[in-house]
Amino acid sequence: MTVTAQGPLPERPYDVAIVGAGVVGCAIARALARHPGLRVALVEAQDDVGQGTSKANTAILHTGFDAVPGSLEARLVREGARMLAAYATESGIPVEPVGALLVAWDADQLARLPRLAEKAERNAYRDTRIVGPDELYTREPHLGPGALGALHVPGESIVCPWTTTLAYATQAVRHGVDLHLGCRVTRASRQDGEHLLHTDRGTLRARFLVNAAGLHADTLDRLLGRQDFTVTPRRGQLIVFDKLARPLVRHILLPVPTALGKGVLVAPTVYGNVLLGPTAEDLDDKRATGSTAEGLSALREQGRRILPELLDEEVTAVYAGLRAATGHEDYRIAAHRENSYVTVGGIRSTGLTASLAIAAHVVELLADAGLDPGPARDLEPVRMPNLGEAFPRPHQRADLIAADPEYGTLVCHCERVSRGEIRDALASTIPPRGLDGLRRRTRARAGRCQGFYCGAAVRALFEEATR
Amino acid sequence: MSGVRRVDVLVVGAGPGGLAAAARLAAAGAGRVEVLEREQQAGGVPRHCAHGGFGTWTHPLTGPSYARLLAEGAARAGAVVRTGVTALDWAGPLALTTVSPRGPEKIEAAAIVLATGARERPRAARLVPGTRPAGVCTTGELQQAVHLYGQRIGSRAVVVGAEDVSYAATATVRASGARVVAMVTDLPRAQAAPARALDARLRHGVPLLTGTTVTELLGHGRLSGVRVRHRDGRSAVLPCDTVVFTGDFVPDHELARRGGLVCDPGTRGPAVDGALRTSRAGVFAVGSVLHPVGSAATAAREGARAAGAVRQWLAGGDWPGAVPLVVSEPLRWIAPHRVTPADRHGRYVLRSTEPLTRRVLRVTQDGRTLDRVRVRSSLPSALVPYRTTLTLTARWTHRVDAKGGPVRITVD
Ligand SMILES: Cc1cc2nc3c(=O)[nH]c(=O)nc-3n(C[C@H](O)[C@H](O)[C@H](O)COP(=O)(O)OP(=O)(O)OC[C@H]3O[C@@H](n4cnc5c(N)ncnc54)[C@H](O)[C@@H]3O)c2cc1C
Ligand SMILES: Cc1cc2nc3c(=O)[nH]c(=O)nc-3n(C[C@H](O)[C@H](O)[C@H](O)COP(=O)(O)OP(=O)(O)OC[C@H]3O[C@@H](n4cnc5c(N)ncnc54)[C@H](O)[C@@H]3O)c2cc1C
Repeated sequence: MTVTAQGPLPERPYDVAIVGAGVVGCAIARALARHPGLRVALVEAQDDVGQGTSKANTAILHTGFDAVPGSLEARLVREGARMLAAYATESGIPVEPVGALLVAWDADQLARLPRLAEKAERNAYRDTRIVGPDELYTREPHLGPGALGALHVPGESIVCPWTTTLAYATQAVRHGVDLHLGCRVTRASRQDGEHLLHTDRGTLRARFLVNAAGLHADTLDRLLGRQDFTVTPRRGQLIVFDKLARPLVRHILLPVPTALGKGVLVAPTVYGNVLLGPTAEDLDDKRATGSTAEGLSALREQGRRILPELLDEEVTAVYAGLRAATGHEDYRIAAHRENSYVTVGGIRSTGLTASLAIAAHVVELLADAGLDPGPARDLEPVRMPNLGEAFPRPHQRADLIAADPEYGTLVCHCERVSRGEIRDALASTIPPRGLDGLRRRTRARAGRCQGFYCGAAVRALFEEATR
Repeated sequence: MSGVRRVDVLVVGAGPGGLAAAARLAAAGAGRVEVLEREQQAGGVPRHCAHGGFGTWTHPLTGPSYARLLAEGAARAGAVVRTGVTALDWAGPLALTTVSPRGPEKIEAAAIVLATGARERPRAARLVPGTRPAGVCTTGELQQAVHLYGQRIGSRAVVVGAEDVSYAATATVRASGARVVAMVTDLPRAQAAPARALDARLRHGVPLLTGTTVTELLGHGRLSGVRVRHRDGRSAVLPCDTVVFTGDFVPDHELARRGGLVCDPGTRGPAVDGALRTSRAGVFAVGSVLHPVGSAATAAREGARAAGAVRQWLAGGDWPGAVPLVVSEPLRWIAPHRVTPADRHGRYVLRSTEPLTRRVLRVTQDGRTLDRVRVRSSLPSALVPYRTTLTLTARWTHRVDAKGGPVRITVD
């Protein structure tokens, strides 16, 4: 198993190099790992997998009911959702099928619900149903006053985005994929039918190249001489409310979409918090992952209407993610046979859901582009540590604690993370290289105190293990 | 989880409040008194307050010595203080589920005392915009990092707040070898004893920026600075690699909330009457969870006071219904938050958003005036801090009608 974060890169050429270890790149690496004959490298600029957009989204496993019918995105979301739901069960990724309600707040929105139901049908999603105000308020007793009805979409689920990305990467690495972190591709060229990827850590050679660089997919495309699209970051700011707010909401509460986008939602998270967001702001700075006073106050304004009591609860966290918009209502996935190259661009606001289907599609495109993947095998399943509240956490399992008391020794009190879980994460296949990575793997320091109680203790455990 | 273990009194939290209650109860022969503490050491927040300011005038102590003294006192009196045990949730009206390295357990008691303390609101809870770099913490984390673990923090810190705890943070930053770039408060002046504020400014050269808000955190990876805005509209960036958010306490009320105890909208902690009884028979609450945040001595005093009420309850006392106390602007909260006509001793703590020196507090119930009190301050009037804490003696409580409406405290 090879995970590197420094030092020179292997000289021997790889069959395939994937640039970008977001949820999409990791899924592709995992799909290629099914072919033991291939030498595959996953190359990531940052010090961990999933540090780009994949760590900062709304964490919904979409049905694709509102996708553009007939688009590639619609198909991959539909297929990906099914694949990820099954994969989550196998791998211990927390998923809760809470369902969504698209709430109509005025007559105009109410009138649009039947059309949304029809659109869902065209996307082969047939379980939607229009509910009246009585049923709506029975389902969501804390909903703000004035809602006229809703479209119920029972198949929409919530999922853990961090565990998903990490599970793909872990499984890929365990099956022979080399993960190179801290390895930004700054230049690319071709020589003797091979790609030369020039990185901070030297040159990496590969016969085939997959561009899964997310927000930077256009930049990498240009390094390879293509000008097919431009990525415009569309920022989404989100507010995470305290776990004590969780009983206020049962479904994902969506607004009726407008031309301006999907709008602001209120949704539970698998960790037991409540999310409010995201904003939609077109920017040009691909590093602008900060929150703003205007953004947060706009969210609170909208949240007050949807779920007034939510605003009385404490805020646990605020974050922002950047969607890779390309001015085109679909993904930008394309094979360039002459260059032995596949671009996976414009994976906008559904990439988490579609990841497994995108990966399967990319493997086909690579074959079209001339890659002979050789024989395939089944992958050994991975079993990820459970971060979800709907499933037993280690501190709730008498059997685990009896076998190993470290699971009964809590370090992070707000999130009830035990020393055993932190130890396991630090010794895992892809160990965290910082406290943020440890947080995404265990939830340590992710709770309401943000480290007031446990910050120093968690840091001490991390530093002890990485010394 | 097999079966339920029974004790007489279960105290949650081994800070000054919980330990003082346990010591009193055990000494008075209240039976098995067990204190649950989720940390590996008893003592609560004072464990990591390496500075003085604890104990009594005649016997001043540092936080850690004070924590040890209280823990030893409770143990000597016969209370069982169990560390590394977390109370997770309720298993019945007077029963809790817990977890420890020995596994899960259900414990039932004749009385439960919640002494779970308070924490400082971290950056996110204050909705301070910007990036999410490393180098952002609260005083609680800072003190533990420096005093308990000897960890390095950055080299230049901005301290947000100018209360006592902010000056404690400033001292901790200095103790770690780092420099305090500035203290920043949105209020017009420091909220600490004037000598303390003066000492920080003159002896240690720490500038205090009043009327100033932190509007953005800057930097990717590591904090590179904070953007601040003065009330007059000017804004500036203070370069720093560490920012400490101090004060702005919020009670750790999770158990109270999960148990469905009535909480006070002002303090956000469980609402108690003068005998520290919550809305549920047999459940008491003491310390910072009631009113963030008084001194450790106040928490300990409340613990001792609750011990008396717990013993009455154990002896078959009743659980009188209490009438809510309601404050209005500029008062922010009052604690205790409920009153019974029998609440004869003790005093109420009030927090106001503006100075009230020489103004009159009026206590009324259903339009009937129960008391009028002119505010005296314990500090000379010119030095009364902006966010004022004042006290009200309970001399009017016998006039309360137990069946009447809420008792209102207003400022004339
Ligand atoms: C606010 C918001 C809400 C969303 N909600 C949902 C949702 O509810 N459900 C859903 O399914 N999807 C959602 N999405 C979309 C989803 O998050 C993205 O589609 C998905 O994360 C894209 O993954 P990716 O791997 O393509 O990109 P990224 O995660 O950005 O990964 C790209 C990686 O490439 C690396 N990289 C870039 N350039 C280079 C280089 N030159 N060399 C080496 N490495 C490089 C980056 O460091 C990064 O790690 C949301 C997105 C946002 C912003
Ligand atoms: C940084 C800082 C500096 C301070 N400096 C001073 C000072 O100089 N002088 C002074 O007099 N006061 C000072 N104070 C205030 C003083 O520390 C508090 O008033 C006092 O600690 C309150 O005591 P307590 O028992 O209510 O709560 P805490 O001391 O907070 O103790 C609560 C305890 O309960 C435990 N607990 C919580 N929930 C659970 C659970 N579910 N299961 C098990 N255990 C649980 C916690 O781990 C904690 O140990 C300071 C406070 C802070 C934050």
